[in-house]
Amino acid sequence: MITLEKRPQPSKLWTAITPVLAVIATMIAGGLMFALLGKDPFIAIRTIFWDPLFNEQFAAFSRPQLLVKAAPLILIATGLAMGFRAGVWNIGAEGQYIMGAISGAAVGLAFHPTESVFIFPLMVAAGALGGFLWAMIPGILKVRFHTNEILVSLLLVYVAEFILASMALGALRNPEGNGFPGSRNFKEYPSAFNAELLPNTGLHWGVVAAIVAVIFAYILFSKHMMGFHIRLAGQAPKAARFGGVEPARLILFCLGTSGALAGLAGLFEVSGPAGQISIDFNVGYGFTAIIVAFLGRLNPIGILLAGLLMALTYIGGELASFMLGVPSAAIQAFQGMLLFFLLAVDVLTNYRIRFGKREVV
Amino acid sequence: MDLSAISPTLLVASLMVAATPILLAALGELIVEKSGVLNLGVEGMMITGAICGFAIAVESGSPVLGFAAAAVGGAVLSLIFGLLTQILLSNQVATGLALTLFGLGLSSMLGQGYVGLRPPSVEKLNFGPLGDIPFIGPVLFNHDWMVYVTLLLCVGSWVVLKFTRVGLILRAVGENHDAAHALGYKVVKVRLLAIMFGGACAGLGGAYLSLIRVPQWTEGMTAGAGWIALAIVVFASWRPLRVLLGAYLFGGVTVLQLNLQAAGLAIPVEYLSMSPYLITIAVLVIMSAPRKGGKSRASLAAPACLGRAFHASN
Repeated sequence: MITLEKRPQPSKLWTAITPVLAVIATMIAGGLMFALLGKDPFIAIRTIFWDPLFNEQFAAFSRPQLLVKAAPLILIATGLAMGFRAGVWNIGAEGQYIMGAISGAAVGLAFHPTESVFIFPLMVAAGALGGFLWAMIPGILKVRFHTNEILVSLLLVYVAEFILASMALGALRNPEGNGFPGSRNFKEYPSAFNAELLPNTGLHWGVVAAIVAVIFAYILFSKHMMGFHIRLAGQAPKAARFGGVEPARLILFCLGTSGALAGLAGLFEVSGPAGQISIDFNVGYGFTAIIVAFLGRLNPIGILLAGLLMALTYIGGELASFMLGVPSAAIQAFQGMLLFFLLAVDVLTNYRIRFGKREVV
Repeated sequence: MDLSAISPTLLVASLMVAATPILLAALGELIVEKSGVLNLGVEGMMITGAICGFAIAVESGSPVLGFAAAAVGGAVLSLIFGLLTQILLSNQVATGLALTLFGLGLSSMLGQGYVGLRPPSVEKLNFGPLGDIPFIGPVLFNHDWMVYVTLLLCVGSWVVLKFTRVGLILRAVGENHDAAHALGYKVVKVRLLAIMFGGACAGLGGAYLSLIRVPQWTEGMTAGAGWIALAIVVFASWRPLRVLLGAYLFGGVTVLQLNLQAAGLAIPVEYLSMSPYLITIAVLVIMSAPRKGGKSRASLAAPACLGRAFHASN
């Protein structure tokens, strides 16, 4: 009989090993899934995890994409991880991402065609503010009315998508676009364009922001009182309350920070890689970032690595759908599977497995 | 704008159809939550049910087989959640989210070849002269069989929860799993069964969307219906008959805004389309707000062990 025995404290060793185990298990299960789709599993896995980085033909194109795709994931996941640690579940990052992009882009477009060095910083501030305010809705409702932040933040994603549609078709539509939906393209507006800082690296301001966010989060968790309060509230809510941690302040801080970071990610994406506000410029980074946050063990450094890995699956997935005809949706299922396996093997972190006879209970 | 184009009879009749998918999903989730488990994967199970039901109905030509397949698909998917949270003791919130993300990916993968097809149509039941009664006839006696099955399921859940031993055990497990365990009830088994029931219901709700309400398959077609179902459970204070009320209210809002769009109201379509989500949020706020005694309706009515992992330590 196999029984589980709770560890007094989560095992540090297993905390580090489980993500690797989960990735391996996902590769095996994903390989099976590709085999069922009639593809050679080994070639499919190699195309996703190896070719984007090392294949001579594609690597030159896909390596810069790694940073482009990882930056929003890392930015959003860093913010989400703070909340998840404190037991504040912001799962509407996708909505905050959209609202950040809309507010930032709106500021930029308002200045068109003025050229000034102040425009882009102003857009960045507006993007962060947009995401922050959108996340404050579930925050304030939770603090004031005890409304479940999971449901409110998620429902607001759909509201944000409708606002995006209305903006792309209405207020922010390109007046010179011959009636096509979508805003002006920021590539043709240098002051507002989030250009590559070093050619052919994919390094844009969003990547810089992501690295800064990771460093700040690391310091917050390891050195700052607020980081301690966050961890305390997550692990022992009652002790936190007796210890003088104000739940309301913590909730607003976590939701606000994650919203602002998601808004930043949206702004950097819309003003750079995406280039314009269009009905479907968002591709679900806000949801994938949830997987990134867990895969990175809610730890800033872990999130950095997890974000890069998840970006790799995006690029590899595109490559696999282009080269092997693997449906592009398969990669989404693959990412979901990764989170399943991670949560499954996590049992080893918190519990010891005991073999032997169980006494009569 | 021409408001007289909106017929109240048709409005109420189509409200019942619009509410059915959410009613099914919410009923399933209600049973799951009554057993003390919070499954946030409703959206993923619904959309998986939608494609399973659609695919089987198209291949076999039988909507009944389609619905059966949808229920099985939803239940199998929910079993992953069940194994993870009940046996491997993973975090329920995270696992539920994983289920939704996985279900959305899986469904669009399965649905590759089914975009643009039409499913076999489902006939409306004929109640003979009952259908000719003015107003009541078209509203109550002019629907497909799933609407009535759903209503029966709703009343059935109420009866089972309130009057039977099975319901009592289910509630005991949800209110205090340690006490239920001490009395000798198999907490994990009860919860696994409840989770599978919830999955089957969500699957049926999804299939109702793809086979009857829309009826066709598009990626992400549930569009948040699963999340609204979760909100309706809170709105209903975990009571089956109030779930019915909540789902009909929501169905009413959906149908009304669609009618207003068609009537050409001067509000842009996007703002009308977001109204069901906004109203759901407003309802959540009202239900969760603390009252004079300090506790809110929602926190008083929620099963005491909701979302807490059960681990028999001895």
